[in-house]
Amino acid sequence: MELFNLAIKSIFIENMVFAYFLGMCSFLAVSKKVSTALGLGAAVIFVLTVTVPTNWLLNEFILKEGGLSWLGESFATIDLSFLRFIMFIAIIAAMVQLVEMVVEKFAPALYGALGIFLPLIAVNCAILGGSLFMATRDYTLAEATVYGFGSGTGFFLAIIALAAIREKLKYSNVPNGLKGLGITMLLTGLMGIAFMSFMGIDL
Amino acid sequence: MSTETAQVAEVKKPEEALLSKRRKKLVTDPLIDDNPITIQVLGICSALAVTTQLQPTLVMAISVIFVIVMANLTISLLRNTIPTRVRIIVQLAVVATLVTLVNEFLKAFAFDMYKELSVFVGLIITNCIVMGRLEAFALGNKPYDSILDGFGSALGYAWIILAVAFFRELLGSGSLFGVPIYDAISGLFGEDFNLATNGLMVSPVGAFIILGLIIWVQRTKTGYVEH
Repeated sequence: MELFNLAIKSIFIENMVFAYFLGMCSFLAVSKKVSTALGLGAAVIFVLTVTVPTNWLLNEFILKEGGLSWLGESFATIDLSFLRFIMFIAIIAAMVQLVEMVVEKFAPALYGALGIFLPLIAVNCAILGGSLFMATRDYTLAEATVYGFGSGTGFFLAIIALAAIREKLKYSNVPNGLKGLGITMLLTGLMGIAFMSFMGIDL
Repeated sequence: MSTETAQVAEVKKPEEALLSKRRKKLVTDPLIDDNPITIQVLGICSALAVTTQLQPTLVMAISVIFVIVMANLTISLLRNTIPTRVRIIVQLAVVATLVTLVNEFLKAFAFDMYKELSVFVGLIITNCIVMGRLEAFALGNKPYDSILDGFGSALGYAWIILAVAFFRELLGSGSLFGVPIYDAISGLFGEDFNLATNGLMVSPVGAFIILGLIIWVQRTKTGYVEH
């Protein structure tokens, strides 16, 4: 039940996009068509679900203070947490490379549609943010996995909803200066207000 | 824009003034006409979350200026030795090291700020402006030009997030840099004159809307239209 609550919390209440502004770059750039947004959203869910637990293991058994104690008594006091950024981003870059190869092999159409944005998942703040939040919040392994999956799903929902609105928006007459990024920011703000209503959920 | 500057750089003159016209353009272009946030749509990720107050925003802006300038310099110095295939990893390693430095510095000398910014300092690594400048400029240009280019882009980023923070703190908390402005105003005009703060501005939604409006004003002024 705890895990289910965490999933709900990470999908709706603490949505990556609307509560923490994470992953904004790809959120804004790939949300012009629902089909590409679907692909990117799915890739983000997958990468987050894999990298957050992997980074949890890395953090728990190597980086954390006392994490190396399984090597012997003398290692128990070593604190490598200052290496967190470099190690996390290395794991993420490797995972993204893996996903890229798999997608290229099994879904070439999706690979073509995602283009530059697949490798750019490596520098998507939502991915690194997920791992960093996991490390500061002291989750267990199960919680970390659920959190990774939940925050990926939150991003997925947000980007698809925005893409659907933007497809309809093509038929509206937007003022010149507001076209593109401007109106998208305002839209995201309005969607954020809608998502704020989830804050009333008591878990 | 970046390819244009790269081409200009190839036509080398034997001696170029320390602040020639071209070099000044490197710094001033990203401020308005080619702003990384409002025109190029980069680096919105880690920027908006810290803009509820001016003070953390200033710290964030300074950190980003430091990271971009130093990363541009490092990559530019290494540009002929990095194999193209592994350049992304090399860039990430350089940026992550610089961000770790900033993080440890804040932890040691400004612990309150470190707690307040929490994971968002770490997220400078994934700030698209940093990677964007490294890819588009530092890999093909000399160190001094790269420093100027990085500085210009970082300033363009800094003034936008400071502007967002200015409005969010003023309208949301009624203060600037922690100094209560609203209280001072109602003090001047007596008890009946009360200014109400707007809670929406403190929430993430306020950042989206303020940034949307700043983009609107800025693009109307520069005449930039996205298709």
